Amino acid sequence: MCDQASVEKLKSRFSSDVQDVAEFRGELTVTVEKSRIVEICTFLRDECGYNFLCDLCGVDYLGQEPRFMVVYNLYNITTKKRLRVKVAVDEKNANVDTVSGVWSTANWPERECWDLMGISFNNHPDLRRILMAADWEGHPLRKDYPVQGPDREPYQGRLS
Amino acid sequence: MGVEQNQTLGNGFFTTSLDKLVNWSRAKSLWPMTFGLACCAIEMMATGAARFDLDRMGVLFRASPRQADVIIIAGTVTKKMLPVIKTVYEQMPEPKYVIAMGACASSGGVFDTYSVLQGIDEELPVDVYIPGCPPRPEGLLYGLMKLQEKIMAERNTFGAAIGIGDVVKEA
Repeated sequence: MCDQASVEKLKSRFSSDVQDVAEFRGELTVTVEKSRIVEICTFLRDECGYNFLCDLCGVDYLGQEPRFMVVYNLYNITTKKRLRVKVAVDEKNANVDTVSGVWSTANWPERECWDLMGISFNNHPDLRRILMAADWEGHPLRKDYPVQGPDREPYQGRLS
Repeated sequence: MGVEQNQTLGNGFFTTSLDKLVNWSRAKSLWPMTFGLACCAIEMMATGAARFDLDRMGVLFRASPRQADVIIIAGTVTKKMLPVIKTVYEQMPEPKYVIAMGACASSGGVFDTYSVLQGIDEELPVDVYIPGCPPRPEGLLYGLMKLQEKIMAERNTFGAAIGIGDVVKEA
């Protein structure tokens, strides 16, 4: 169910911004330039029919540069085709333009991504924590966040 | 209850201590707060339903903390839920008791992680701990019976009720 046609359309329209196209087990993943994400998402919605954002999440590749990736899982309800779009996000400049203007459902997943990964979204209408308590410090799903919390000794294994 | 037939007053009279009367009335009408947090709450519901039937022990679930005597912490206490639990506990009138039901409420259980409180005893004074993951209804029944025993062993409860001294709890 690969949608190569949409990828070709995307490549011809945003030739310099499509950094990588990968296919694995029938799943297409397109890595694109961060600064053009809103335009690319609008193009995919309007010209390629990707009218539903299934999920939006962040990935922490600790130790790699750039450290984070934001992943957009798109679905075309008419043709039942899927496309995954990824953008690389630098740790020092961990922010992406919001796509909540393209798909309004992006509002909460972007809040979740901010809450747990610490990737902020520019121009987001309501960027608050969504899962952790409002006064929480830190972003717990980052790989360098201590699993048992910052105020506890880390587990050392069974002592006896 | 320590009821004794009174020989001098004849049939129809008995004597007891006022403390025991107060303790008996408290222990035999333990009204828990209806408050479930996780899978332990399913076992708590089963304990309250027909097969195990908590009502026969005078244990009736109340939907308001103002009417509750005991709060059963039935499940994993996340740090986000903790302020709610503390508010509910503070709304309960004295005397009030806390039962930590299951591994999570007692110690955090398998959730040894940043978001979970490692035992409700870090925040509330727990009277009875019930082991299990989740405890069977028999376990919760036994825990409630242990709490009743504990209440029956309190001293000066009548005195404290009329404003003389404090309740002496068994060590």
